[in-house]
Amino acid sequence: MLEALLDAFPTLALLAWEPPGWGANLARGLVNSVQIALGAFALGLVIGTAGAYGKLYGGPVTRDLLAVYTTVVRAVPELVLILILYFAVTDLVNQALVSFGYARVQISGVAAGIAVLGVVQGAYSTEVLRGAILAVPSGQIEAARAMGMPPVTLARRITFPLMLANAVPGLANLWLIATKDTALLAIVGFAELTLQTRQAAASTKAFLTFFLAAGLLYLLVTLISTFLFARAEKWARRGQRGGQA
Amino acid sequence: MSRGFWQPHRIVLIGLAVLLALWCGWALRWDWLPRYLPLMAEGIWRTIWLLAVTVTLGFLLAIPLGLAQAAGPWYLAAPARSFCTVVRGTPLLLQLWLLYYGLGSLFPQYPWIRESELWPYLRQAWPYAVLALTISFAGYEGEVMRGAFKGVPSGQLEAARAMGMPRFTILRRIWLPQAIQRALPTLGGETVLQLKATPLVATITVIDIYSVASRVRQDTFIVYEPLLLLALVYMAITGIIVLVFRALEARVPSRVA
Repeated sequence: MLEALLDAFPTLALLAWEPPGWGANLARGLVNSVQIALGAFALGLVIGTAGAYGKLYGGPVTRDLLAVYTTVVRAVPELVLILILYFAVTDLVNQALVSFGYARVQISGVAAGIAVLGVVQGAYSTEVLRGAILAVPSGQIEAARAMGMPPVTLARRITFPLMLANAVPGLANLWLIATKDTALLAIVGFAELTLQTRQAAASTKAFLTFFLAAGLLYLLVTLISTFLFARAEKWARRGQRGGQA
Repeated sequence: MSRGFWQPHRIVLIGLAVLLALWCGWALRWDWLPRYLPLMAEGIWRTIWLLAVTVTLGFLLAIPLGLAQAAGPWYLAAPARSFCTVVRGTPLLLQLWLLYYGLGSLFPQYPWIRESELWPYLRQAWPYAVLALTISFAGYEGEVMRGAFKGVPSGQLEAARAMGMPRFTILRRIWLPQAIQRALPTLGGETVLQLKATPLVATITVIDIYSVASRVRQDTFIVYEPLLLLALVYMAITGIIVLVFRALEARVPSRVA
């Protein structure tokens, strides 16, 4: 079966794990991609939580500044933002280091990628989480306040568990966007899956084989994540009346 | 918006923004601008052209995709659904490179393609850009149209059927207009997303506004100024798209209860 397949499509042998196959390279690229997506998603959640609270409960200046942040990030292509932030962040860090008397550093691709995509994700998750918090019945929050619950406990015990069910579908979408946006880092020369694929394809001239294989890997990530997020939503909706759980 | 737009802190913020813009104009280097202005105009035109063409074609493709998923038999619904899943599950950059490098390396192997009338076009990059962007838009919008077709109240369709309207006329006069009306707000958002996807075509040598900015960076070693201007251009186009769709939504008569 496998041999017949290899006879029909000899380029499939290039996907083998060991050199001369490029399987290990693709796998390394996939790990890099997932790593960056995870980091960016987590950073985006942190920014998004702060942003959502700022937009809902912050003062007028905070609110307007956050509105500018989310509007600008959502209106400018990710590719342009990645370039601006990539150059600007590297530049600023180095200027700060030099002015404090340290040597310049080369920022690692992973850190820069996570920072840049995290800022982009933060804008989107601000909106998702804001909507989810708004959907929490206000009576619940008022009751907790009336009981004298401190704000952090209120967030941890009341707001977060109740908003989670509303936030999961939007966050699932954001996670899928994060995994796909890692491909953009190929353009700043970071060796994630898409760039590894392109290098493998360019040096073997088996373009279709490699791009289809990479597409399959991305699709696999998407399908697995979709499944896991569906489970997560079911879990978050446990105890809700009329839920599917 | 009950308290009005011009509050004191906003005036201060806008003042600060104006100062920042003035500082950018004064302190940053803009001397390259006149030389590259014609090229930039061309790039903006190419970007808008790509956007308009792919959104139109993609939307036309999305209608059958949505219809097949919402009401089609399984042998139409299943391929439509897997098409949408695959397109939405893989990065656009990968799809673009798959089409450009993959198909581009496949075609020259067949002499009959090289001798055909289409060959002069297939050798260029933009047909692949249009194809990839169209497919991507159709994939995302097909999912939206599925929901929109399903969202049309069944009473409307039943009434049309009861009047003895032929099926195609129902689609043309009742089902499709109401579905499009439902999809319009999402369509506006998807169009902005599509605009944000267009700079990817620069990676396959199509000269859009993004690649003009990259060229300025490579020619003059000026990093920030072209990128800032680029961000401004995209924000302006986004603003125009939002306004156009707001006007469209206002033009379509809203639902009567």
